[in-house]
Amino acid sequence: MSAPVTRVPSYQRRIGVFWWVHKRSYFLFVMRELSSIFVAWFVVYLLMFVAAVAGGQQRYDEFLDRATSPLLLVVNAVGLAFLVLHTVTWFALTPKAMVLRLGGRRVPGTAMLAAQYVALAVVSAFIYWLVVKA
Amino acid sequence: MDDSIAMQVTRYRPDKNSQPVPVDYEVPLRTEWTVLDGLNHIKAEQDETLSFRWSCRMGICGSCGMNVNGEPRLTCATFLSDYAPGPVRVEPLANFPVVKDLIVDITDFMEKLPRVKPWIIRDDDVTEIDGEYIQTPEELEAYQQFSMCINCMLCYAACPVYGLDPDFVGPAAIALAERYDLDSRDRGSRERLDVLIEKEGVWGCTFVGECTSVCPKHVDPAGAIQRYKLKAAQESVKAFLLPKALRR
Repeated sequence: MSAPVTRVPSYQRRIGVFWWVHKRSYFLFVMRELSSIFVAWFVVYLLMFVAAVAGGQQRYDEFLDRATSPLLLVVNAVGLAFLVLHTVTWFALTPKAMVLRLGGRRVPGTAMLAAQYVALAVVSAFIYWLVVKA
Repeated sequence: MDDSIAMQVTRYRPDKNSQPVPVDYEVPLRTEWTVLDGLNHIKAEQDETLSFRWSCRMGICGSCGMNVNGEPRLTCATFLSDYAPGPVRVEPLANFPVVKDLIVDITDFMEKLPRVKPWIIRDDDVTEIDGEYIQTPEELEAYQQFSMCINCMLCYAACPVYGLDPDFVGPAAIALAERYDLDSRDRGSRERLDVLIEKEGVWGCTFVGECTSVCPKHVDPAGAIQRYKLKAAQESVKAFLLPKALRR
């Protein structure tokens, strides 16, 4: 068994509310966490878009009208920036979180990273084809 | 190169200070001198009451961790010349209570460490008389990286989650749990999972990744924690879907 622990008197330092602004890596981390809100926003926005499409021509036109309002344009532009940050940071984290083995050898992180961007490009190309060409 | 460099060292003398205060010193600047050498110079030549931990001076013992210019570092492996013209700010490791000057209280970690059972657990009664456990180089390689931890606490000082929530088990302890989980001789992963699957276990981690960045031994605790999350999630799904008899 472990010996009983003797507590020594000590000074407890406090962490300020803005602990994350003084260091680049902490700031990036908090921005990455914050980006989840914009991911959620785009999910809601997409659902609203689908509902408008389902609601007939008039509702679809109203949706497009609203989409061009300055406020929504700013929100969506900021949201897109956060979405890109979200994607890039999550892709970058994947090889750190997963160990993939192929034929007994560990797949290098760069290969996993590249595979994700290739997958993103393929999916994007398909969606583009589906929406614009088909 | 200048002849000397300024060191701003945080002092906390419980009998004199109500809170830690920075004190300025001037030490010789030599290419081969580390921050620890500077501190030892202060103690030998200027103020013998300055208190700090150190032992091996070669990055093995893990005693001399401090925050240097805001970054958790082993002071024996951090050169003064890299901070020229100075000043070099030396503070006690972040996120731990300060006992005196640069000495922090790591009791919290010492209490958490045995909870993850960082030793080989067997379900049989094999003793050394029965012979050694055979392990292939591949099986060694699976956990070797995580076995390099020297308990220097730099990862705890770098982890904002631990700073904000001291109940979080923390990077080094989880990396050590992973070290034994990945060991082919070990059978204790179920016991460790019970501790680490809790909210204060792996799920406390939000993957800031700083623990891995500051680790002087390239242990990669952040990677260990994320791998553990995958494992914990798989176990949860299994527990939900499979009847008890089929789990394992």
